[in-house]
Amino acid sequence: MIEVENLTKEYGEFRAVDNISFTVEKGEILGFLGPNGAGKTTVMRILTCFFPPTKGKAIVAGYNCFEDSLNVRRRIGYLPQRVPLYEDMKVNDYLRFVAAIKGAPAKEVNRKAAKVMDDCGLSDVSNKLISAISGGYRQRVGIAQALVNDPEVLILDEPTVGLDPKQIKEIRNLIKELAGRHTVILSTHILPEVSILCGRVIIINKGKVVAVDRPENLATESAQRMLLRINGNVQMIEQELSRVSGIQGVEREQASGDTNGFIVVLEDEKQGRQGIQAMIERNRFELVEMRTMEVSLEDIFIKLVTKEEA
Amino acid sequence: MNIRNVGLILNRELKSYVSSFTVYIVIIMFLLMTGYFFYNLTATFSIVSYQAQSDPMLAKQYQLLNINETVIRPLFGTIGIILLLMTPLLTMRLLAEEKKTGTIELLLTFPINDVDVVLGKYLACLVVVLTMILLTVTYSILLVTFGEPEVVPIGTGYLGLVLLGASAISLGLFTSSLTENQIVSASISFAMLFFFWLISYSAPLVSAGMGRFLSYLSINEHIESMSKGVVDSEDIIYYLCFIVLFLFLTLRSLETKRWR
Ligand SMILES: Nc1ncnc2c1ncn2[C@@H]1O[C@H](COP(=O)(O)OP(=O)(O)OP(=O)(O)O)[C@@H](O)[C@H]1O
Ligand SMILES: [Mg+2]
Repeated sequence: MIEVENLTKEYGEFRAVDNISFTVEKGEILGFLGPNGAGKTTVMRILTCFFPPTKGKAIVAGYNCFEDSLNVRRRIGYLPQRVPLYEDMKVNDYLRFVAAIKGAPAKEVNRKAAKVMDDCGLSDVSNKLISAISGGYRQRVGIAQALVNDPEVLILDEPTVGLDPKQIKEIRNLIKELAGRHTVILSTHILPEVSILCGRVIIINKGKVVAVDRPENLATESAQRMLLRINGNVQMIEQELSRVSGIQGVEREQASGDTNGFIVVLEDEKQGRQGIQAMIERNRFELVEMRTMEVSLEDIFIKLVTKEEA
Repeated sequence: MNIRNVGLILNRELKSYVSSFTVYIVIIMFLLMTGYFFYNLTATFSIVSYQAQSDPMLAKQYQLLNINETVIRPLFGTIGIILLLMTPLLTMRLLAEEKKTGTIELLLTFPINDVDVVLGKYLACLVVVLTMILLTVTYSILLVTFGEPEVVPIGTGYLGLVLLGASAISLGLFTSSLTENQIVSASISFAMLFFFWLISYSAPLVSAGMGRFLSYLSINEHIESMSKGVVDSEDIIYYLCFIVLFLFLTLRSLETKRWR
């Protein structure tokens, strides 16, 4: 559905997107992850035909974004990061305007606007001026205008920013429902969001792709970590721990009272666990807690991004 | 070009004008200024006419007693200049505001051609300016009711005003496409409109041929002959070229936005 090939975008001398390639299948939800200034918005602006790439090509729904831009634009819904809306319009007038300009026949305009207001929970504010509604509702109007007329491809730049937890849940459900019928690209900083929503993630940093994978694979690939709480002499425990085979490193962790906390990075999970157990029995330390730590996408993210910089 | 899309943009822009404060201020200022000149011109004319009844010398100066020459022609000239002062205030927001607030990002990714955007915005502003010109028709109605002016020069004078206004909007739309700052847009518009107004002032300083050319370039010269009742195809062509040129430049300027 979306094919991006060797995409490069330069702002003057500055290269914001550097030779990026990826494809998105029909019905897939692709997460776009990266720190500030990574180039997420820039890629999305190219895909939505706001500006052309410096080099490379982008094909959306079978049409080239640069040569056949009108055909691409007929098939996409776009939520820009800043959610720019006409402040002087009422919510329902605005959505009717967007529906009409995206080609809905005059008879259908009202129905389509009403449907999308319903889907995005905007019925309460439909008669308010956009300048007078809250930030969360603004965000919803932005999503609603992207969804109006059921586009094949949705490009959402940080869709859940500024929403309260209940709204975030609702919007995520809405996006989830879109999968299958629509192809979605969304960018975000919120990592759990990616594991919840996306079938696949692309992590980019400084305009380059750092990793492409399913969210759960990214998690298993990275090293396992274990939290230990042990009573006893700190130095001794630390020394003994570092001798255990199958362990990559040991870090001190805050703990209360006599208990000492450690975070152990395991190289080989089984060997490390058995080694630790044997070590504790041998030294007669008192084990208070021992559990594997959930690898968060934050860790992977930071690891991938810092690895790139090193 | 797609008529429906032009209509949609036009409609949205008009609603936005109607809900904005600026438009009302501009219309009120326009009516105050033109009304003031209208009052002065008619008051002077009636005093002169009154004196002419007792002064045979004055009565022989037909020029002074011709309402077309002493009221209508200067009135159209003045309305034209006030129009040039007012249009940049109406055009400045057309594209600059969209760039400032970022709405241009959605506008340019909607499935419509740039031409539709440009024409829709242009026509919306034209509707406002036509309304302003229409409001000054009251002055002419007063003149026709209480005096005996020739009617043809009034009609052609209005044609001239409409063309002048339409040209100023085209230029203003172009300057609005150059920047995201409305004040900058208005300033460039003022500068360019004054240039096209005053360019004929240097006509006496250069050779006759060059002088005629400079006068031809001047945006006001053409309304002059029209308010005398003469419609020359040269004048119409001048305004039409002016309008098309700046609409075209606006379009190019939007296209280069896409390139950055
Ligand atoms: N119009 C522009 N002119 C010059 N440089 C730009 C422009 N737009 C973006 N950049 C630069 O390009 C880089 C990528 O910007 P982009 O907005 O794509 O990042 P992003 O991944 O969306 O970041 P964020 O998470 O903060 O939204 C940044 O370094 C930014 O400074
Ligand atoms: Mg961004």
